[in-house]
Amino acid sequence: MSLDKATVAKIAHLARIKVPDEELESLAGELSQILTFVEQLNEVDTKDVPPMTSVAAQKLRRRKDEVTDGGYAAQVLSNGPETAEGFYVVPKVVE
Amino acid sequence: MTALTHLTMAEALNGLAKKEFTAVELTEAHVRAVEAVRPFNIFITETPDAALSMAKASDERRAKGAAGPMDGLPIAVKDLFCTKGVSTTAGSHILDGFKPEYESTVTSQLWRDGAVMLGKVNLDEFAMGSATITAHQGETVSPWSPGAPGAWEKKIVAGGSSGGSAAVIAARAALGATGTDTGGSIRQPAGYTGTVGIKPTYGRCSRWGIVAYASSLDQAGPMTRTVEDAAIMLRSMCGFDPKDSTSVDMAVPDFRAALTGDIRGLRVGIPKEYRVEGLSPEIAALWDQGIAWLKEAGAEPVEVSLPHTKYALAAYYIIAPAEASSNLARYDGVRYGLRVEGGNLKEMYENTRGAGFGKEVQRRILIGTYVLSAGYYDAYYNKARQVRTRIKWDFDEAFKSCDVILTPTAPSTPFAIGEKMDDPVQMYLNDVFTVPINLAGLPAMSVPAGLGADGLPLGLQLIGRPFDEETLLRVGHVVEKAANFTALPPFVA
Repeated sequence: MSLDKATVAKIAHLARIKVPDEELESLAGELSQILTFVEQLNEVDTKDVPPMTSVAAQKLRRRKDEVTDGGYAAQVLSNGPETAEGFYVVPKVVE
Repeated sequence: MTALTHLTMAEALNGLAKKEFTAVELTEAHVRAVEAVRPFNIFITETPDAALSMAKASDERRAKGAAGPMDGLPIAVKDLFCTKGVSTTAGSHILDGFKPEYESTVTSQLWRDGAVMLGKVNLDEFAMGSATITAHQGETVSPWSPGAPGAWEKKIVAGGSSGGSAAVIAARAALGATGTDTGGSIRQPAGYTGTVGIKPTYGRCSRWGIVAYASSLDQAGPMTRTVEDAAIMLRSMCGFDPKDSTSVDMAVPDFRAALTGDIRGLRVGIPKEYRVEGLSPEIAALWDQGIAWLKEAGAEPVEVSLPHTKYALAAYYIIAPAEASSNLARYDGVRYGLRVEGGNLKEMYENTRGAGFGKEVQRRILIGTYVLSAGYYDAYYNKARQVRTRIKWDFDEAFKSCDVILTPTAPSTPFAIGEKMDDPVQMYLNDVFTVPINLAGLPAMSVPAGLGADGLPLGLQLIGRPFDEETLLRVGHVVEKAANFTALPPFVA
């Protein structure tokens, strides 16, 4: 499997990572190497083999749907690069 | 008396109990050692003041007869564990300035049991790597590097991703350290530095408060200089935590009691598929030596087959990046760390993540995004998860005829910084013996077993049944005794 520059640019956009144009070529090469490496999985017979969802043989625990924590907005916000009035601040989204 | 920094945890606990020295004295000696190892770039954050006040509190507890199982023992913390009020970086630029408001479950249990924090140690960025060379804060140099600090003949890697943890113990600047292991990140650096490292069964240690890489594979574990110390530290790190949905509600045994030295009649599986191409002859010989040691101690070697071993790395390099691409979506310049402004919200995200993540992390996020994207999900991600099931079945089958499995930890001795860096796949091959264990969720450990012709350490890996860390430790203890690994690195603090 080999990826072209346009595909890498598309993935980078999906992943919200800015990749400078001049790096797309080498990145496409590196990612293609990895995809070629993983292609060997096609040799494995996986007919009727369930995809693993949990390595431990246990079900997820359930608990009552009730509030058990919270009430400290200032602490939650303390690491935000920009905050105001108990909110995170981001560039304007709605025109 | 042995220098305080050369004691094992067990010896230090003894000395503290007999009042031969205080926790403050033990910590002061380690704080000086932490300063001495600065040329190796092991610590991202040193916390000497916190260490001394924790040591003082420990002495007070001991005086009142209320000492915990690790009271007064100075340890280092991989900078992937959130520590309240202390910078936590994951080795990444994108977490610049992040000071958690909470403490990870594992570290809070260590402090509950009296351990003393010396600081936060280096790793590969977001634990993605096998050499501790990708952190924004620079590479860690192994104390095993030949030559004087700063003027090395060759800079040897400490392994990774828990390379800072391995280096700090090998350099005698901490009695132990926390590590995390997603594909070998505890065992491989332990093997590379002549130290002991355990990856417990998935679910044994809470993942709460540990910066996530690949959640279905990540496990925390202890790194120490002896098997007994690993048993001491593992006991404090394990335990049920309702805050981690995959934490297993199971009693934590006294792992130290498992070190009986008696392995008579135990069946030790030797997987034939691990004799891989490119396995160095000295490692093959050491493996045979390990088999002979266990046989002499009364165990019975049996050949087992793990036919899907060769596909483990390929499955790993789909599953881990897929989970990483999802876990690392949270670093967007809004809630913590770095923000690089842009013309609008989307540009701000892209600029922040473009500048904040290093190359290897970006590569893995992109691979993960690709294999999860529409049209490729079944071909890559689901296929990898099916192969993962087959790998797990291999182990289930093997453990029908054996009680523990013995393999090398890594296919070669540690390499020099700068080698193996052009081709990401070459670097991934370091983890060929460790990755299958994470995919199967099993416990495993690395025990130092000898030195290679280049004078660098070699480790043997033991793999156990789920939640049977006790057998693992018992056998590891026998290997440790037989190997009698007493070599010191060229530099010790």
